[in-house]
Amino acid sequence: MNYFPDEVVEHVFDFITSHKDRNSVSLVCKSWYKIERYSRQRVFIGNCYSITPQRLIARFPGLKSLTLKGKPHFADFNLVPHDWGGFVDPWIKALAKSRIGLEELRLKRMVVSDDSLELLSKSFPNFKSLVLVSCDGFTTDGVAAIAANCRFLRELDLQENEVEDHRGHWLSCFPESCTSLVSLNFACLKGEINLASLERLVARSPNLKSLRLNRVVPLDTLQKLLMRAPQLVDLGIGSYVDDPSSEVFSKLKAVIQLCNSIRSLSGFLEVAPCCMSAIYPICENLTFLNLSYAPGLQGNDLTKLVQHCRKLQRLWILDCIGDKGLGVVASTCKELQELRVFPSDPFDAGNAAVTEEGLVLISAGCPKLNSLLYFCHQMTNAALITVAKNCTNFIRFRLCILDPVKADPVTNQPLDEGFGAIVRSNKSLKRLSLSGLLTDQVFLYIGMYAKKLEMLSIAFAGDSNKGMLYVLNGCKKLRKLEIRDCPFGDVALLEDMGKYETMRSLWMSSCEVTLGACKILAKKMSSLNVEIINESEQLEFSLDDRLLVDKMYLYRTLVGHRKDKPEYVLLL
Amino acid sequence: MEVGVKMGMKGGGDEVGGKEKEKMGYEETELRLGLPGDGEVVRKRDFSHTVDLKLNLISTSPTDDKDKNIVPSHLDPAKPPPAKAQVVGWPPVRSFRKNMLATQKSSASEDSGEKAAFVKVSMDGAPYLRKVDLRMYKTYQQLSDALAKMFSSFTIGNCGSQGLLKDFMNESKLMDLLNGSDYVPTYEDKDGDWCLLVMSLGRCLLNHVRGCAS
Repeated sequence: MNYFPDEVVEHVFDFITSHKDRNSVSLVCKSWYKIERYSRQRVFIGNCYSITPQRLIARFPGLKSLTLKGKPHFADFNLVPHDWGGFVDPWIKALAKSRIGLEELRLKRMVVSDDSLELLSKSFPNFKSLVLVSCDGFTTDGVAAIAANCRFLRELDLQENEVEDHRGHWLSCFPESCTSLVSLNFACLKGEINLASLERLVARSPNLKSLRLNRVVPLDTLQKLLMRAPQLVDLGIGSYVDDPSSEVFSKLKAVIQLCNSIRSLSGFLEVAPCCMSAIYPICENLTFLNLSYAPGLQGNDLTKLVQHCRKLQRLWILDCIGDKGLGVVASTCKELQELRVFPSDPFDAGNAAVTEEGLVLISAGCPKLNSLLYFCHQMTNAALITVAKNCTNFIRFRLCILDPVKADPVTNQPLDEGFGAIVRSNKSLKRLSLSGLLTDQVFLYIGMYAKKLEMLSIAFAGDSNKGMLYVLNGCKKLRKLEIRDCPFGDVALLEDMGKYETMRSLWMSSCEVTLGACKILAKKMSSLNVEIINESEQLEFSLDDRLLVDKMYLYRTLVGHRKDKPEYVLLL
Repeated sequence: MEVGVKMGMKGGGDEVGGKEKEKMGYEETELRLGLPGDGEVVRKRDFSHTVDLKLNLISTSPTDDKDKNIVPSHLDPAKPPPAKAQVVGWPPVRSFRKNMLATQKSSASEDSGEKAAFVKVSMDGAPYLRKVDLRMYKTYQQLSDALAKMFSSFTIGNCGSQGLLKDFMNESKLMDLLNGSDYVPTYEDKDGDWCLLVMSLGRCLLNHVRGCAS
């Protein structure tokens, strides 16, 4: 099959960078498998329990960059107990023992310890990039080890992690010789840092492009940092509070004018709205604006700001912007591709809210919209049908109506037709989250039309097993299915057991699946791990097969049962 | 089946555009689910009932779900639902984000840069303490009214809550009341001493107690 020497084929493979494509290439023939595996540098593992680190190392000796994901998605919403799993330690230990020259590690929803971070920092002399998203289990001591020992560190990116903060010294651990930083994001840290150290660090990092500060960094430090780093492309502001008439504020206004490379702005974790006018000069060039952690900004502050952002492609904002504010976004941001509207007060149906009106305005004004996350108080079928007419490019459509079983308030009908319209007209849809009052009908539509769907999240929806079956039978590309509080049971679960081998994982909680059915599935499909997460005492005393299972998580794996499961997880 | 709709989960029916009929319509739906029917409908009702219990949309009805024991063990229909029901994991907002916003809100102050001044308040015989944010009250009267409201459900004696506390404004009546009443508002200061809450301390009291709280 090979007409060319291996080196030539390898050179061709260098141009193939997506994981999917490289995976496909490796399946063509033995020769290509061999060439591909020796030349592969970047590996993505969507479920850390699907493979072991030893097998990874054996297959890809040239590994430089590893991405790992641990806990299931619903762990974000406290549905997975704290110590369920997803430990990165065995991976780092195995990699450290091997000859792998790891340069980049990206983790999501994993448990990371200080010891792991220290081992990581000392084991790989060329280590360049650490990205931790929604991880926990470590403190700023672990971060300090990374800062101190990774001599060529380019990227330290901490996003939304729960980090125990031991106050401040980690930043001072970057040695004076460290001048390689390109990206530093510590916005999720809660504690004090040494501001002088931060200033010196930024001053000696000429390649710094991305800097996201936490809320203890005050405005006058921000001004000094921007003086040192006017080349920044991505800025996350910590505290933005000052007297607009102060000298510091004037200096800030002046220096911001020089920062004409900034394309991405976030933070404002503490903010005085009267100071926002200083930001307007950089708004013209922004492509990404994230104000979802800035509850200090009210609707009109947000609207005034957004009016300057004509080139915006991605906007993350709180719902206090209101429907009117979204109207302003719709008329200003014609390049908008992604919109995320978060609830400013998830438990209170106060007046700070957006409704279907805001979404309709956006759909009418932003023709390039392809990704949506929208928390709102109500939605109508008519609005969704209009949105479906206006927008046919959705890749991600996630709608969360805060009352999870709320019907269309105008017609009192379920929202089946609305969501049906969305899937019918958006043929490229890869990710969908549903909410509101929904019957089996919506799943019929999803099975019929959502042919490219890869991830589906369902809550409090459907009437019977038919709903789940429509999805399993119709969505050929489905990879991740997560379901909570739906009347789907054994019949749906067991109808097509082979289907789960084509998927990464299935989560079902508070549904009508029995222990007996889970056992049948586990027995039949040796390539799946079927986990029962049981936090009540019931399961200990009674292994009655008729018992309804509270939480079930199943995933395909090449390596059988995991060895690190906690006591309350039953592996069938 | 007795179904009352408890608006613990606020569906926004009040605020949004005066759509009163949304509330009514939903109640209608609730009743419909309660009608007896064939097995499928009964099953659906049971599951929906469970879901509704979880969402705190209906009051406790211990007579239901006797045959089909599909109520998960962690739900206890006998417990009265709390005023603001919160389903685990709903709405689907990352806990990091929820915690962050909560922290930001509690430390943001409208007037000055002060942090919230929460003080524990207890009343003898009340089953639990209450917390009061002193920043919320500008005058003694507001504070005493709020305290009276908080503890009114626990007074079984003859203290009409508001009347009793109003009398504290008159110091000559004070001693009579202290001898005659069942409950008097007190606070424990930073030295651990129990003190009577009286108007004359006014602003000083608030500052002093703030000192205790911090």
